Amino acid sequence: MTEETTAPLKILVLVKHVPDVQFDRHIDSDTLRLDRSESVLSELDEYAVEAAVALVESQGGFAAGHEVIAATMGGKSASNSVKKALQMGASSGIHLNDDALAGSDTVATSKALAALIEHVGAVDLVVTGMSSTDAETSVVPAQLAERLNFAQLTHALAIEFDGASRELTIRRDHAERTLSMAATLPAVLSVTDQANEPRYPNFKAIMAAKKKSITEVSLADISLSAAEVGTAGSRTSVLNATARPAREAGTVINDSGQAGIALVDFLAEQKLI
Amino acid sequence: MPSALVFFNELSDVPSKAQRELLTLASRFDQSTLAVASEVSQDAQNVVANYGLSKLFVAPSQGDVFVDHALSVLEASVKQSAADVVLVANDNFNREVAARIAVRLDGAVITDAIDVATDLVVTKDELAGSYSAQAQSTGGTLFVSVKPNSIDDEPQSSGQQLEVQTLEIQSATAAQVRVVATEAKAVSDRPKLTEARVVVAGGRGVNGDFGPVEDLADALAGAVGASRAATDAGWITHDAQIGQTGVTVSPQLFISAGISGAIQQKAGMQTSKCIVAINKDVDAPVFEIADFGIVGDLSKVLPQAAEEIRRRQA
Ligand SMILES: Cc1cc2nc3c(=O)[nH]c(=O)nc-3n(C[C@H](O)[C@H](O)[C@H](O)COP(=O)(O)OP(=O)(O)OC[C@H]3O[C@@H](n4cnc5c(N)ncnc54)[C@H](O)[C@@H]3O)c2cc1C
Ligand SMILES: Nc1ncnc2c1ncn2[C@@H]1O[C@H](COP(=O)(O)O)[C@@H](O)[C@H]1O
Repeated sequence: MTEETTAPLKILVLVKHVPDVQFDRHIDSDTLRLDRSESVLSELDEYAVEAAVALVESQGGFAAGHEVIAATMGGKSASNSVKKALQMGASSGIHLNDDALAGSDTVATSKALAALIEHVGAVDLVVTGMSSTDAETSVVPAQLAERLNFAQLTHALAIEFDGASRELTIRRDHAERTLSMAATLPAVLSVTDQANEPRYPNFKAIMAAKKKSITEVSLADISLSAAEVGTAGSRTSVLNATARPAREAGTVINDSGQAGIALVDFLAEQKLI
Repeated sequence: MPSALVFFNELSDVPSKAQRELLTLASRFDQSTLAVASEVSQDAQNVVANYGLSKLFVAPSQGDVFVDHALSVLEASVKQSAADVVLVANDNFNREVAARIAVRLDGAVITDAIDVATDLVVTKDELAGSYSAQAQSTGGTLFVSVKPNSIDDEPQSSGQQLEVQTLEIQSATAAQVRVVATEAKAVSDRPKLTEARVVVAGGRGVNGDFGPVEDLADALAGAVGASRAATDAGWITHDAQIGQTGVTVSPQLFISAGISGAIQQKAGMQTSKCIVAINKDVDAPVFEIADFGIVGDLSKVLPQAAEEIRRRQA
């Protein structure tokens, strides 16, 4: 990345508050909604925050007037994920919280997030994770590019930014090829876990984050009605959700020199060879 | 009966297994159409006709434009076909194209599907396959990305007459994204990882040498996969990575060698029909989900198994 300073960049990084993947996750069989009680910043969105902060650092740092706004849409506790992003270096936070948002599918989520981004205004670059670890759809970033009419630079394996031309270049896998693709801002950038190594906030960064502000906004603030989002604004409806029976541990043997043969016997028994 | 549209960005002379599965799925519906955003050879057309599809929209692209051409082709073909359901592959590119056109045309989008019934109820995986859910559109065209290995490939015996129509695509007003370089990946003779019936995967435990993993994969005519620890170490390319941030596989047989079974790793393979694990640590979490486990050294077990398979096949 070029080291020269550029016109101040306004970067918005999307962070989602999701159930911790390290615990068992549950979908309630009545409401068909995910239990969100043990939630954390989606681990894949840490790569997005890192990419946004690193980009600013490569362009003269926050002193040059650049901004990284960490934004989330979610219930009350989702502000914890914004806090984590502030500790990782984002300069301020914004939290879209409204009861009517519950149950939003990707169409409704991207509608609400696009409205939030337009509410913030004059955003040059939207940075996202490659996928949320709860919905796992990987399509919200592309839908945002569609709604905002921003260039779609998604699934970045590597990122380069040229401050003078405001051109962003990424590498991405596509079918049997790896492509380098470039676009001039504004753009939506989604970041894979190959692109960087997210930083751990140190004590100083944690203290500094306490002074940063998080703005709470409602649907009315971003000029959306309840009917446009949530279950009402979604284009899909979930009919049922059933936990697959947990896999059970089968036979475990110790290799005493013949385990390779025992493996082949097992495969033959299972008609796999 | 609803009508279906299948969309392929590219189609070679020999359609891939995942593409044939989508064609089989489409053949359940009436008046199914295929749209392809590139040239389609006569050989490929003959294969498509065997699935009972009645119409093919083709729209070769002008130059290397990333997503814009695919978007225009899908939008035009959805409008022209007036299909009720659009079926695409579950890879990132195709699901992004489908999801954008769903937004553009006010449709619905469902990813990670494993089945689409003729009443348009979609069965899909949730939470890395730990749940199975059913969902449908509340109105508007339904865009579904379907996981490979979910549908049995079943061409119909007699080929239909395929009507081919070239779509007139207005070249997008200056594409927003330019492709500045393209690198072809090394091609392998092994089956494609996401489509393979058998996958043999190695992790940090292979300690730099994928030889035994590849050898067993070849004895079983399977594909080779890896954990992130192995791809990060550069022992094998990133394309081989299975898991939350790699590919998802669901083969008949998954053999895990020298992989501990971290949650992000399991996310990519836990819907496999049969799981075999080889690990020298009896406490490795992978044994909790393995149908058959071997506590042992993979550098001994894998070659012995490969040799035994070849001996029995001889
Ligand atoms: C955001 C995020 C995303 C991730 N995505 C993925 C992903 O997509 N895929 C993925 O795989 N990981 C992913 N990971 C990493 C994951 O958490 C684990 O770190 C990784 O899977 C470990 O790989 P491993 O099992 O090969 O290595 P280890 O955990 O180090 O395990 C190696 C195993 O090999 C065994 N072993 C060693 N020598 C031998 C021998 N000679 N014979 C037999 N056994 C032996 C050991 O007992 C040990 O159990 C992700 C992590 C994060 C944070
Ligand atoms: N509710 C949300 N709040 C903030 N960001 C989100 C939300 N949903 C999705 N995103 C962003 O979009 C990315 C992809 O999500 P998904 O399409 O759900 O897999 C995530 O990594 C986030 O960066």
